[in-house]
Amino acid sequence: MSILVNEGTKVCVQGITGRDGSFHAQQMKEYGTTVIGGTRPGKGGEIHEGFPVFDTVAEAKSAGANTSVIYVPVAGAVDAMYESIEAEMDLIVCITEGIPANDMVRVVDSLRGRPSKLVGPNCPGVITPGVAKVGIIPGSIATPGPVGVVSRSGTLTYEVVHALTSLGIGQSTCVGIGGDQVPGMNFIDTLTLFREDSATELVVIIGEIGGADEQIAADYVANELGKPAVAFVAGQTAPPGKRMGHAGAIISGGEGTAAEKIAAFQQAGIPVGKTPAEVAELAKAKLSG
Amino acid sequence: MKIHEHQAKAIFGDAGIPIPEGRIASSAEEAGRAAAELGPPVAVKSQVLVGGRGKAGGIKIADTVDEAQAHAKAILGMEIKGLPVRKVLIEKTADIDRELYLSIALDRSIRAPLMLGSAMGGVDIEEVAKTQPEAIERVPIDPEFGLRPYTVWGALRRMMGDQDLAKQAVAIAAKLYGIFMDLDCSLVEINPLIVTGDGRVMALDAKINLDDNALFRHPQLEKLRDTDAEDPRERDAKESDLSFVALEGEIGCIVNGAGLAMATMDMVKHAGGEPANFLDVGGSSRPEKVLNAMRIILEDPAVRVILLNIFGGITRCDDIAKGLITAKDELGVEVPIVARLTGTNESDGRALLKSVGLESAATMEEAVGTAVKLAKGASA
Repeated sequence: MSILVNEGTKVCVQGITGRDGSFHAQQMKEYGTTVIGGTRPGKGGEIHEGFPVFDTVAEAKSAGANTSVIYVPVAGAVDAMYESIEAEMDLIVCITEGIPANDMVRVVDSLRGRPSKLVGPNCPGVITPGVAKVGIIPGSIATPGPVGVVSRSGTLTYEVVHALTSLGIGQSTCVGIGGDQVPGMNFIDTLTLFREDSATELVVIIGEIGGADEQIAADYVANELGKPAVAFVAGQTAPPGKRMGHAGAIISGGEGTAAEKIAAFQQAGIPVGKTPAEVAELAKAKLSG
Repeated sequence: MKIHEHQAKAIFGDAGIPIPEGRIASSAEEAGRAAAELGPPVAVKSQVLVGGRGKAGGIKIADTVDEAQAHAKAILGMEIKGLPVRKVLIEKTADIDRELYLSIALDRSIRAPLMLGSAMGGVDIEEVAKTQPEAIERVPIDPEFGLRPYTVWGALRRMMGDQDLAKQAVAIAAKLYGIFMDLDCSLVEINPLIVTGDGRVMALDAKINLDDNALFRHPQLEKLRDTDAEDPRERDAKESDLSFVALEGEIGCIVNGAGLAMATMDMVKHAGGEPANFLDVGGSSRPEKVLNAMRIILEDPAVRVILLNIFGGITRCDDIAKGLITAKDELGVEVPIVARLTGTNESDGRALLKSVGLESAATMEEAVGTAVKLAKGASA
């Protein structure tokens, strides 16, 4: 078992003829993911590096796709999400970064009452080790096992997954939900899926400064998850009032500092690692304890 | 991006939100003329992009034209929290009966806009929110329907305590929401929102923060940018599509991804070093991004070592290595470089670095440890 991505995942790559789309279509396929093809309006019917190209997501869906991954540049990314939502894809993963927050408010709102789940934007995607991956997470760092990973960061996710794998601890599914202010799935949406997943015995939560999502997640772990968790929070040394790249990584006033988040996790009985390697060790100790 | 009070007030005025009559001035003489036109008493308000202007002495009331001119002269020579005051807003003073608070902000926990209101405005609203959360009205706005009078009527009637005042506040809230959506703001705030002695509701201050990701569709707002408030290196980095924040230390950091960049800075500090900067080279890794990153970091003479920490996903290690080699050639780098390359195309990247005599560290811990040691050795 796993969450979001499994043996039945069939991917449509939106923006398959672009530099990133075409590279990662190949990477996903090499990992063992079923890639049905991709879209590039105006090039439908062509073959791009071995992949069939469709004009629309609906056509890719007719050819068997049930999952979309979006690599199109920011100007077209919002349309790309709407297209996959209207086509009722099961899972939509948006890698593109730099999307206006108000556009995301409307996109997230349009998901109400519709069957699709949206991961991202500005995220690395989802990998179910040994089975399939949707997005850009390097396949080589992950290995199958009992740990679910959910993260607001991209590359930091890789670091933690790599550390877990190095200690011989595998993962059920790793989900990078992205660092934007208005994400599709958030910590709670993802933790709810991990709760129901029999293959997941422990969850690693990777947070960062800004907002209060980590505090809400800590509360959920303490009261609802029913499984142990360990955590990491990036930005312990970030100076207040500075924007650190992600829209989410802003500390202002007394809200959203790493110290507050770490305290919330610890109060909920969730150990917090100081480094990615320490997080992996904490996970190992919890699993064997 | 933040904009000045007078710019935000111009936007408020165009939207029909009541504001005090005012004029902008960049010299004491202009301020004096503005005061004479408006008729004293007037407020002389410094225009800088930081909070706490009043406490810093950047807002003064003048009862005569001469006094307005004198205040303007003093304030225009000031620096507030490191920012020079280049303009003052001269405004007709209002007859304040009560000070309240009203704002629209994006709330990430509900993934939608939130209207915040309080009868306790004018003071530190964050303090009120902490100590008296019940004194804050919070109304989530359903983006499908928007902010309609009925959405906020109940909250604003409680806050204003009077039907007629509530009616005025509801009209202001609707216009505030219109600005929030039309200009793609992350925050639109009135603090204080005032009730005058004759029962009018008015915005005495105005704050608008714009979503940087949406500026491309508002070219007219780009002109409002105040470059004084921006570090020139941060601006340079932004033009090169890099996310950069200058800090005080001696270890120049180049990392891909904001989360990993922050975690790297944290690890540097834990290891006893000080990061010179935050720098995220971002996703797609064109080699020239590394070149620009190196150039910007090396402008800081305090930098004693460069720490490159890359975990490639969409970023490809060979692209990063090519950029680093180009930078070494073109910039004549004299400080040591500690590189750690893992992930997509890592063996190609490491081989490229090795070809120019650069060994790669195996782990982030090792790279950080080496960088801290080199920085300390260099300073000893």
